[in-house]
Parts: sequence; structure tokens; C-alpha cells
Amino acid sequence: MSCSRRDFLKESVGAAFVSSLPLSAFVVLTTEEAIAAVAESTVRWGYLVDTTKCTGCGMCVKACKNENEIPYDAPVTRTWVERYVVTKDGQTHVDSPNGGRDGFTSGNIREEEIDPDTIDKAFFVPKLCNQCENPACVQVCPVGATYQTEDGVVLVDRDWCIGCGYCIMACPYGVRFFHPDHKVADKCNFCYHRITKGMMPACVESCAFGARRLANLRDPDDPVTRIIKTERVAVLKDEYGTKPHVFYLGLDNNVR
Amino acid sequence: MKRHVLHPLWVAIGVVGLILFARLLLVPDDFGVHGESFTYSYYRLGNIEEWKNFPVKYQGTDTCLECHEDNAKTHRRSPHKRVQCENCHGPAGNHPDDVEYLPLNKERAMCLRCHADLGYPESTARSYLPAIVDRHHKRRRECVSCHDPHDPREDAE
Repeated sequence: MSCSRRDFLKESVGAAFVSSLPLSAFVVLTTEEAIAAVAESTVRWGYLVDTTKCTGCGMCVKACKNENEIPYDAPVTRTWVERYVVTKDGQTHVDSPNGGRDGFTSGNIREEEIDPDTIDKAFFVPKLCNQCENPACVQVCPVGATYQTEDGVVLVDRDWCIGCGYCIMACPYGVRFFHPDHKVADKCNFCYHRITKGMMPACVESCAFGARRLANLRDPDDPVTRIIKTERVAVLKDEYGTKPHVFYLGLDNNVR
Repeated sequence: MKRHVLHPLWVAIGVVGLILFARLLLVPDDFGVHGESFTYSYYRLGNIEEWKNFPVKYQGTDTCLECHEDNAKTHRRSPHKRVQCENCHGPAGNHPDDVEYLPLNKERAMCLRCHADLGYPESTARSYLPAIVDRHHKRRRECVSCHDPHDPREDAE
């Protein structure tokens, strides 16, 4: 068989092109695999914050930082507690010194003294990642380094993240930050290493007042799920369409 | 078509082929769409396992009770029973295997997290807790020198 140099080159380029196509594009699933691929997970994690129970002790923030190896004195945190003080003149004073890591032991807000007699209401609001159904942070990731697991938690792949910061800008809740040590995006993941072992997240475990609770929303017998389903709960920034899965009891209109 | 017009085309195809070949080598096998949605489920499957293997530090009160029965007994009948051990004693980690003694936080600031009087109205959860005004009550003394933290109704030993 004769083969000219031209034909040889032509064919080898063609062969290289065809062989570089990913094989997975042609995989045909068996029936079992197809069913497994579309079957819903039996777990969908959610979270309930009862703002009426939070005393602002900040133990959750401390526990979170220790548990998840977030540098203790760096101005970043996966969860934080905000204090709202509404005074009789209609003003709302908000602060979260060190994210509430050391609790709230002084009545001063941003070095401003507030006379207790002028206060209409005061409350604490813990915040964390909402593990959205439609996470804006995942949509914008250019490299596929952040994703939603089958049980609804959004994770960050530290080996894959290039640290571009798009997700930090995209999150409407401001829960993402740049990890000072790993140089990648970081965020609350409901303590994924704990909840997958049947433990509670560190913040839930450390809360003495039951203000923070974890729920499996696919389990109708879960007591926390029942509260979320039967009581009047609210979510943060509903208007963004992200479908957050952290639910709040007693959420005030001043909370943004 | 003339040959000199076709040549750059082969070069371009070659470059694309090279990039695809490099991608084949560099991208891990488990990287792809794992789930229903390309938008949210395009990732490296092995990362889930990596996160699951992240070390646990807070072991929970039940683990502490396995050895520290005495303190647990006092603690469990006190108003402080809702406060878990590791909040004050620090995360257990691999204690007692790696760390023999846990650093105990006895600071006044620790107690003030809950027991500082901020003068907030009754609708605040905080107002139900016994509280002191920091600058009026035994300034700068450690609370635990008078109050037993395991059962605050008792005097410290």
C-alpha cells in the first residue's frame, strides 16, 4: 500500500483531532445509572436562626473560627453576629465588632454611647452562608471551583480555585471572603465535615440558647424542618431570587 | 483553493489539538458535571471527599462526659447546663491523645459575653440573663474567683 507524505500528514492530524474528543461525550448510561443520576438525594440541608433567642454572646463565631481554621485575628469570618439597636428617634444603629467573635460586652455602638432610655428595641442577628438553591457565586465561577453538592451545600474546591474573587463580588449576602492562608475564596459550608458524620455544625453545637439549628428539609419528621414548614419564617434578600436556605424566625425589617 | 491559503488552517487545527491534548492530561478524570445542572454541578468530584475528611475539633459535650463525670454532674444540674464544655475549655481536638491539657479561658470577658448588662429592653433575649454593669461590679476581678462556673449558684471553692 502506498501512502504519500501529504496523505500521511492529513490522516494523522485528523486522527489526533478525533482522539482528543472526550470519551465521556459518547457514554451511554445503563438504566440503573440513569435512574441514579436523576434520583433526588434524601438530604437537603437547611438552617434555622431564631433571632428572638440570640443573646449576642458570639460563641458561634469563636467556635466557627476554631473549627474551620480561619485565622483568629484576621478580619474575615464564615459566620458573624450583627447587633441592631433602634432608638426612639427612628435611627437604626448597627455594628458587628470582629464579627461578634468576642461577644457584645459594651453598650457603645461604633464608639457612640447610646442611652438605654432612648432604645425602642435591640436584637442580634447571626448570619452565615445561605446555601442558596440558585447560588450566584457558583454561576460566576469561571473555572468550576465552586459548586453545589447533592445535599444542597455550596463548597469551594481549594485546589481548583484561582482566587479571582468573582464569587466574592457575586454573593448578595457578602458571606464569601479571601482566605488569607490558602489564597482562595472561602465561605461557610455548614461544617460539611461534621454534618456528613451526623454531628451538628460547630456554631449550632456552641449555641447555648438554641438560636441556631440545622435542618434536613427532605425529612418531614425533622423537628427543625417542621418549624420551618409550619411557622412564619423569613429569608434574607428574597428579591434576588437566589432561594436562600437559611430561615429566620423573628426577622426585623431593619435587617438587610 | 491554493495550498498557501490552507496552511494556516492546519496550524490552527494543530494548536487546538494541542490545547485539547494538554487539557486531557491536566484536568482530573473526576472533573465534570455531577448532577442535574451544568451551571451548579460542574466540579471535581474528589473535592467532596476532601471536605468530608477535614479534621473535627469540637467533639461535643457527650465526648467530654465519657471521662469527666464529676464536673459533668455539677454542670448538668446547674443553670449553665446549656453551655457546652468546649465553649470555655476550648476545642478538644484529639485530647487527650495529642494535647494533655486544654487551655481554659477564665477571663472576665468570657463571662461578660452573656452577663454584661447592656440596658436593652425586655424584648431582647439578653435581658433575661442575670447581668452586671462591668464598671460597677468588682472591677477587673476574675468572675470565677467568687462564682463556680460549673454551677454559678455555688460559691467557688
